[in-house]
Amino acid sequence: MDKTINITLKVWRQKGPKEKGHFETYNLQNISTNMSFLEMLDTLNEQLVAKHEEPVVFDHDCREGICGMCSLYINGHPHGRDSHTTTCQLHMRRFKDGETITIEPWRSAGFPVVRDLMVDRSAYDKIMQAGGYTSIRCGAAQDANALPIPKPDADEAMDAASCIGCGACAAACKNGSAMLFVSAKVSQLALLPQGRVEAARRAKAMVAKMDELGFGNCTNTGACEAECPKGVSIANIARLNREYLKAKLKD
Amino acid sequence: MSSIFQSSIGKKLIMSVSGIFLVLFLLFHMCMNLVAVFSASAYNAVCAFLGTNWYALAGTAVLAFGFLFHIVYAFILTVQNRKARGNDRYAVVDKPANVEWASQNMLVLGAIILIGLGLHLANFWYHMMFAELVEAEGQYGPTEGAQWLSYYLSKWPVAIAYIVWIVALWFHLSHGFWSMLQTIGWNNLVWLDRWKTAAKWYATIVCLGFAIVVLGFAFEVFPLLDNCCSEAAAECATKCADACSCK
Repeated sequence: MDKTINITLKVWRQKGPKEKGHFETYNLQNISTNMSFLEMLDTLNEQLVAKHEEPVVFDHDCREGICGMCSLYINGHPHGRDSHTTTCQLHMRRFKDGETITIEPWRSAGFPVVRDLMVDRSAYDKIMQAGGYTSIRCGAAQDANALPIPKPDADEAMDAASCIGCGACAAACKNGSAMLFVSAKVSQLALLPQGRVEAARRAKAMVAKMDELGFGNCTNTGACEAECPKGVSIANIARLNREYLKAKLKD
Repeated sequence: MSSIFQSSIGKKLIMSVSGIFLVLFLLFHMCMNLVAVFSASAYNAVCAFLGTNWYALAGTAVLAFGFLFHIVYAFILTVQNRKARGNDRYAVVDKPANVEWASQNMLVLGAIILIGLGLHLANFWYHMMFAELVEAEGQYGPTEGAQWLSYYLSKWPVAIAYIVWIVALWFHLSHGFWSMLQTIGWNNLVWLDRWKTAAKWYATIVCLGFAIVVLGFAFEVFPLLDNCCSEAAAECATKCADACSCK
């Protein structure tokens, strides 16, 4: 048999980017602990629609923790309190019967609220478009042994590449800094020979775009790493600093 | 190069480099203070040497600039960061695991240190260096550093203020030390934990060094080897008669 709990939700409701938002309280009865957090919100929305009220708007897509669409600041933590977990991987079994759950959107000048819990994260896309790619002609895929890459480098590049660009880093940061995201995207390429060719240009372009979009300055608090659903390390931030300063000094 | 200091990383670099500079200075200052633990005459010799030395004066001027940059940029960065946070604050805030308290309160800690610095400059730097420059007359001369220490630190409110200052300094350094290395990019997965540990060691050693001097003079047990009686004027002799064995 399913265990069920009764919960109280405090949800941020905001009609549009320019409107003033407020918290709305909802009581939900008999929520199965096997539900995911997003299924619980679906249940809330079904009830709201049945009552002819506006459903709560929130981002979601793959619901298996790889697309980076889900967000939500749950009880003071991006993606909830569990570490290495996206909101869609969070389950209601992690909450107690009678608990009040506060759900807020990402709050950062770089991520303006679109509506309710949905924020505009296109700033991250713009940073990627500024240089988060390789444009050199690599030719056809080479034989694996033609370009040997040390295992530790490959592992670190892979760990950096696990960033899903959800924005939890900037949301968690007291400075609203996007450095963890940018450093992961710079690192995943800087660690590999294919990415080295444009490494200097990439670091400069992506940092310039990040600054232009109004993200804050990193003060190495490490809140981003602690809240990152993929556990991306702040060692990447040191690499970004290194890459950027090296590139600037060369100019 | 022109835009490097306008970028976020460039501004942080200024914080980092001025920070390294202050970290090294504190170590030097602490070593100098420890001389007073052992010998009043040796400490007075240090006072005499550093007060009149033009290299020391030039060093002080450079240091003042380092402080100035560190403080000014701290405020510039904080203002920018608060703006980047947006207009709405989170209703529920829960500190993430593994985040140092100090790292999120560096400005507040810095402000406490700045207030302490004001006190320190007025009471020590003014007496030991500035007074010598302008040849001002005081209760104790600029080279009677140990006597001034005994007199001043035996006042309890002063000693307590200094201890509060040193505690704030410990927290500021425990984050600042590894943070400055992270900012200039001298860090990786392995060194991250090593620098964090080194930061705690450094902060502890420096702050203990400072605190020992404050407490030792507050309880009137320093200097250990010789004492001010052998060196100084009559008023000092009566003052430290209780603490020293000589009369």
